[in-house]
Order: sequence, then C-alpha cells, then structure tokens
Amino acid sequence: MNELMTQIYEYSFAVDDVLLYLDTHPEDQEALAYYKNMRDAREAALGAYEAQFGPLTKDGVKDCADYWVWVNGPWPWEGGASKCGTMRKGCNTR
Amino acid sequence: MWNYEKRLQYPVNITTPNAKLASVIISQYGGPDGEMGASMRYLSQRYTMPYKQGQAILTDIGTEELAHLEIVATIVHQLTRNLTAEQLEEQGFAPYYIDHTAGIWPQSAGGFPFSASQFQSTGDPIADLYEDMAAEQKARLTYDNILRLIKDPEVCDPIRFLREREIIHFQRFGETMRVVQDNLDSKNFYAFNPAFDGPDGGNCGCRK
Repeated sequence: MNELMTQIYEYSFAVDDVLLYLDTHPEDQEALAYYKNMRDAREAALGAYEAQFGPLTKDGVKDCADYWVWVNGPWPWEGGASKCGTMRKGCNTR
Repeated sequence: MWNYEKRLQYPVNITTPNAKLASVIISQYGGPDGEMGASMRYLSQRYTMPYKQGQAILTDIGTEELAHLEIVATIVHQLTRNLTAEQLEEQGFAPYYIDHTAGIWPQSAGGFPFSASQFQSTGDPIADLYEDMAAEQKARLTYDNILRLIKDPEVCDPIRFLREREIIHFQRFGETMRVVQDNLDSKNFYAFNPAFDGPDGGNCGCRK
C-alpha cells in the first residue's frame, strides 16, 4: 500500500472511532479537538491521493476530460493476489 | 443517504486461497450474528429512538457495520478466487459452489440463508439496546470461534480488527443505554415506552 493510502487508512480509522465516542460524549473537548485534527489530516491525505491516483469518492473525480475515471483503479475487494478481480484472462482497466 | 468510499475500512490482502476457511467465515456475512444482520438491525431501529445521541450512535454504528460487511465479503472472495471446481470440492466448498459458484451470498456457516428473523426492531429503546449489546457480544464470540480455526496471518489480521470493533460497539451501546435511562424515571425505567407513549408517558393509558 502506498504511503498516502496508509495515511488515509490511519486517519480515517481515527475519525471512525472518535465519531462513535463523540456520539456518547458530545461535550468532551479533548475528543472534539482530536476529531478536528484527524478529520483535517484525512481530508488532506484524501485530496493528495485523489489528485495523484484517481477518485476514492464520487466527489473526487478531478478530471472528466474524455473518460470516466471512476471505473478505473482497484476496487476494494481486489487486494492480495488479485488477477483483476475474478477475471483470469486480461484486465478491464483502460 | 450514504456515500461510498472506494476502499475498505481495514485492508484485506489474502494471497493464499482457502475455501474451507471461507465456508465458516461467511457466517459473519449472512449468519445469525453476522454483519448484515447487525447493520440492518441498527439502521432499522433508528426511527423510533427518541433521543439524539441514540439516533446518532445507531446511524454511525449501523454505517460502520456496512463497512464490516464489505470486509467480510472481501475475505470470503479472496479465499475462494482463482480456484478450480476440483480444488473447491477438495476444500469442502462443493455445496456452496453448486448454487453460487464463487459468488458472494449471505448465508450462515451451516448453509441457512440470511433472514430478518435473526434480528429485532422492537420499537422500545431499552429492549432494542439490550438486543444491540447482546448482538455485539455474539458477533465478538463468533470472531473468537473463527480465530481458533485460522492459522494464516493474512486472514487473522482483519478478523482481529472486526472482533475489536465489536467490543467498542458494545461499550458505546452501553453508554447509550445510560443516556436513555437518564431520560426516564429512575424509580421505574419501564413505566412507559418513550418511543410510543411520548417522552413523558402522556399517551400511556396504563400510567395514571
């Protein structure tokens, strides 16, 4: 996994976790500050990743010049020893 | 409304297929204490939760469970991909393969299809939250049972993550129960149902 994606995983998990904590501790100032830091770091990493490698969300499609790039790039389940998903021959990437 | 992010909540990169393992892990996709039931349970219960913090926690945990559903499906997919029919049969996967090939379908380890009868949405916040806390414990112990059967660290790692989240969710639902009870009469939490009889029990014919 590249460095930016590792950052996205880490900051996003921090946000996922503190989100639930804040739901039941909405007045915890330390947790509110932590949320803000992690959210900002996540947004920065997401933006940097999407600019370089393509969109992770429907809002992250930066350049719609002549091809819908959302269909490109790996899907989440294609990690490990993937041979382009379940296809054994050839890849449907452009 | 939901937004999709094109990544897993926790990475799954399995390089060695093992259909035998997939046939038990699939229980956390569509089994009685699996992630499909978890997300449907919490997301369905939200509508009658009378308190803001409870509405938030049911929404956010229900949403996280959808991400867990995707992680479990990915584990099963990566454990069964690129195998021949003979290999699937040798690894005990023939009964599933006959109906689903290597597709992902919600069933328990014992082959029972996913059913909404595996969870409740009672319209009573106290009963729902006790169900939710029990559900998190049942999911946790199912992951414990799965972990006893796994030797491959590439599979153990995401399963451990999922197991840990069950413990966090149990904690948060416990805190939410406190929020609900703080809104009720401490001498009798069961005097009325705040989701049905009104926040002060005004519509409760039984309470005079």
